[in-house]
Amino acid sequence: MYRSVFGKVLVRQLLLAFRRPAAVLNPLFFYGVVVLLMPLGLGPQQSVLSQFAPGLLWITALLAGLLSAETIFRGDYDDGALEQLLVSGESLYLASLGYVVAHWCLTGLPLALFSPAFGQLLSLPDEGLGTLAVSLALGTLVLSAFGCVGAALTMALRRGGMLLSLLILPLEVPVLILGAGVVERAVNGMPVDSLISILGGLSLLALALTPLAIGSSIKISLEV
Amino acid sequence: MAWTWFHRLGSSPWIYRFSGQLLRYLLPLAIVLVVAGSVWGLAFTPPDFRQGNSYRIIYIHVPVSVVSLAGYYVMAIAGAISLIWRLKVADMAMRVAAPIGAAMTFLALLTGAVWGKPTWGTYWVWDARITSMVVLLFLYLGVFALYEAYDNKALASKACAILSLVGTVNIPIIYKSVDWWYSLHQPASIKFTGGSTIDPSMFYPLLLMIVAVYCLYTCLLLMGLRLTLLETEAKTAWVKKEILGES
Repeated sequence: MYRSVFGKVLVRQLLLAFRRPAAVLNPLFFYGVVVLLMPLGLGPQQSVLSQFAPGLLWITALLAGLLSAETIFRGDYDDGALEQLLVSGESLYLASLGYVVAHWCLTGLPLALFSPAFGQLLSLPDEGLGTLAVSLALGTLVLSAFGCVGAALTMALRRGGMLLSLLILPLEVPVLILGAGVVERAVNGMPVDSLISILGGLSLLALALTPLAIGSSIKISLEV
Repeated sequence: MAWTWFHRLGSSPWIYRFSGQLLRYLLPLAIVLVVAGSVWGLAFTPPDFRQGNSYRIIYIHVPVSVVSLAGYYVMAIAGAISLIWRLKVADMAMRVAAPIGAAMTFLALLTGAVWGKPTWGTYWVWDARITSMVVLLFLYLGVFALYEAYDNKALASKACAILSLVGTVNIPIIYKSVDWWYSLHQPASIKFTGGSTIDPSMFYPLLLMIVAVYCLYTCLLLMGLRLTLLETEAKTAWVKKEILGES
């Protein structure tokens, strides 16, 4: 795995990120600040917060993925690393997959790991905490995949931020619906296995298909 | 003879003239069909026994909704053709299809809201189909905005083609998920006039209007295509000849 371009891109992206630990923590800080805003905006009543908690936590995850997506290719586009990748003759599909998985490791995975704590802050009932973490871990893979598609399409543009949200948020609607829905079902004591499977299926589908779009978009952005 | 027609699609003057001739017949046909369908639907069909006359907006609402959905596939297929075969015309068709499709989707949402007020008592309901249409509108707007954001229009077209293809794969998933979301959150206060099948006296004018709006859509697409052709090739000899007359 470490010999393939997938492993190389993945390890490189993770190394680059961990050399600046503040950048790794930023998505978590962002998540924390937005969670802080929720009781301020909605009021501190536990009943209100726990009712909205699944949706709020998932929407925040969508926004965190969106904000971190903009910079995925920025550095590599500016310093020519992407061009080197292109002329190296390595598979763009596998390299794109590496970017997606690296982005997930740096945003989706930490969010999923810490999400039970954030769930507690929004008084999400205990039955929903485990499902929240699992659904976020699976769903954020899809978010990272679409985030990479959007980032690859807009990296040549100087002001891609707002545009990126318009491009990828509509595509992420199914993940939000399923993710928030499955947590709500868990809170209500209903079985969640089938929906978790669907989320897992969606993330596999996204992992299999989006690298095609990301690879072509990289080529387009580099004007080849 | 067998394959020569295909090569013509690469020739801008040929397409300009061919679409011009096509429009000469299609545009009057579209206008006649729209007028005939509207008059038939609005004046000569019986009123609905539950909704009275307010249901008549169906003759606008359903055709534009149908065409706005089909329009996304027109855009995506045109995008795929331009990516695979590098056909300039397909690329232009995709660009033109985005704003037309967005306008149709917006019209569908607007007529739906106007229809909703007398029928459901409110302009807006987060119903599964309405929500899907809003998502569709944003998918159109995304393609449109991406195209506008690029200065290099050749790159813009390719990027838009990729985006519309990604959207096409997603549309069935979005629709299914929104359906499921709606059944999870279904409010009890609103009762739809479901269950009743549409009477033939109302169905035939509706069918006519759907055909009419399809014709209209094709005309708009061709007119936009011709305009884009003239704009992008404004400096060529054949455009000067077309616009300034035979010389």
